[in-house]
Amino acid sequence: MKVTVASGKGGTGKTTVSASLISVWPGPAVAVDLDVEEPNLHLFLHPEISGQRNAFMEIPKADESLCSRCGQCSDLCQFKAISLMGEVLMLFPEMCHGCGGCISICPEGALSADVRLLGDVSWGHSEKGDFIMGRLRIGEAMSPPLMRAVKARLEDRITASPADVIIDAPPGVSCPAVNAVMDSDMILLVTEPTPFGVYDMKLAHQAFAPMKKPMGVVVNRAGMGNSEIYDYCKAENLEILAEIPYDRRIAEDYANGCIIADTSEPMRQLFTGLAEKIRQKAGREVSR
Amino acid sequence: MDKIAVSCEEPSLNSRIDPRFGRAPGFLIVDPETMAFTFIDNGASQVMAQGAGIQAAENIARSGAKIVLTGYVGPKAFRGLSAAGIKIGQDLENMTVRQAIEKFKAGDVTLAEAPNRMSHGGMGQGGMKGPGRMGRGK
Repeated sequence: MKVTVASGKGGTGKTTVSASLISVWPGPAVAVDLDVEEPNLHLFLHPEISGQRNAFMEIPKADESLCSRCGQCSDLCQFKAISLMGEVLMLFPEMCHGCGGCISICPEGALSADVRLLGDVSWGHSEKGDFIMGRLRIGEAMSPPLMRAVKARLEDRITASPADVIIDAPPGVSCPAVNAVMDSDMILLVTEPTPFGVYDMKLAHQAFAPMKKPMGVVVNRAGMGNSEIYDYCKAENLEILAEIPYDRRIAEDYANGCIIADTSEPMRQLFTGLAEKIRQKAGREVSR
Repeated sequence: MDKIAVSCEEPSLNSRIDPRFGRAPGFLIVDPETMAFTFIDNGASQVMAQGAGIQAAENIARSGAKIVLTGYVGPKAFRGLSAAGIKIGQDLENMTVRQAIEKFKAGDVTLAEAPNRMSHGGMGQGGMKGPGRMGRGK
């Protein structure tokens, strides 16, 4: 079973919840950090990295001597990664989304495949189990292609030896967030009872609902803010699977790099209960 | 004399200059001797998530203009215009197209050596966080 820990708003506690779920999960589980723009799950799990490889995306390169200046590539490209500037063919590789359309359409065979470095995929093992993460190259704007490389590594790992998967997703509701949740069996939305938390969780719920996956909510910093999040979840029939109390001690432990489930018996019970509810909720629709 | 492209709000010599090169509604392509002009619609560039400046530069290159008068040009558009041999007069705003052409003809516009705007990657990325733009990336 794959569980993705997501949120609309950033900073609601995705990594806190992911690390704690990994810690209490019954049976083998692989921890995956798909927040490739700013991965941080490794700071809590302290994996020993055993392998790493670069991930690339295909972009065009041009042989100008073959180019007839027909402009078909330039007209096709919606991102202006290739452009016929008067009589000059120009490439803007950082704009390319890697669709390969220009290479396919070129009637002169003047375009061929080159690559752009997206970032790296690394993997290893912590005392909590196997770990995989992606790290986007500084300056790179597109994370979904790198996320696909991380997920390919994950598939190899769980094919070799079956395990459940806990994915720490990027925040938001745009392509990276959707890419993180799209092939999971259950989506956990971590939020907080503040106006920002409510507003962004509504967006995330609306963005992910069409995928018709089981969804549950974790309310972090419960006790602050107002009751709007509870009203929304009730109205939308979204089950709140756990509430993490608003407690200075938890913030201190997090800041010190602790896995919250490991800090006290009540916290351990809280996350053990959450893991059990997730397994029940996702298990109803998943047969492993 | 070479034709001049001016980023503008509407198809008239009395239109105000639109200082945004890539996102301008259009360009007036003006013959500075006769002041005869044609209008290039830049609406397709305006709605692009990214690459508006490159698309606009492509449109100018196709028009045959050899000089651009505008406000701000980003680095990719600057590269494109330069590659096509088009000279750029920037930092022009708060004036009409006609005034810009007159200023250029009087020799009061310095042609640029470098872009005057940092890359901002269009509308799809960056620090903006608002409705429909939550989180990061695209």
